[in-house]
Amino acid sequence: MHLARVRGTVVASTITPGLEGTRLLILQPLDRRLQPRGGAVVAADAVTMAGPDELVFYVTSREAAVAMPDTFVPVDHAVIGIVDAVNEVES
Amino acid sequence: MKIGQVTGTVVSTIHLPIITGRRMLLVDLLDIAGEATGDYVIAIDTVDAGAGETVLILDEGTGARQVLDEPEAPIRAVVVGIVDEVSVGQ
Repeated sequence: MHLARVRGTVVASTITPGLEGTRLLILQPLDRRLQPRGGAVVAADAVTMAGPDELVFYVTSREAAVAMPDTFVPVDHAVIGIVDAVNEVES
Repeated sequence: MKIGQVTGTVVSTIHLPIITGRRMLLVDLLDIAGEATGDYVIAIDTVDAGAGETVLILDEGTGARQVLDEPEAPIRAVVVGIVDEVSVGQ
C-alpha cells in the first residue's frame, strides 16, 4: 500500500463490462514525505468516499480488484482508505 | 520478501473493513547495506513491530492473505518478522 493525493475524477461513459458505475479517481502517488512521486494514476474508489485533495492509501495489482465489491474486475489501482494522519516515529 | 525499517504509522478512520483493528506501519525499504533506498511501503503489522525496528516485509497478495488468515483481503504488504541480524558476505 502507498500514499496518494486525490487530484480529480474520471468519467467514462463507455467502459469495459464490470466497471460501470465504478468511481474513478485521479491519484498523485506520494513518497513518505508526502511529496509527489511519479506520474498520476487512475484508481477505483473502493471506499466510495474519497474526495478531492484527500490523502488516501491504495493497493495495486490483483489486490486492487480484490478490494472491489465484485472482485473479478479489471482494476489495477484501488483506494482502500482515507488517511487521518501519518505519524513519524522515533527509534 | 524485503527488509525495511519502521519509521511511522498511518492512521485511518474511513477504510475497508479488513483494515479495522489492524496497525498500518510506514516502512522505509532498506538496501543490502542497510541504508534507506528512498522507497517505502505501508504494511499491515502481524508481529507487533515497534518504532525503528528492522522488519521483514512480505509484498505479495496471496501470501499476505494467508498470513492474515483472510482469504478475501485486498492486502498486499504485511510485516512478517522482526530482523535480529543481517549478515552479508564480502
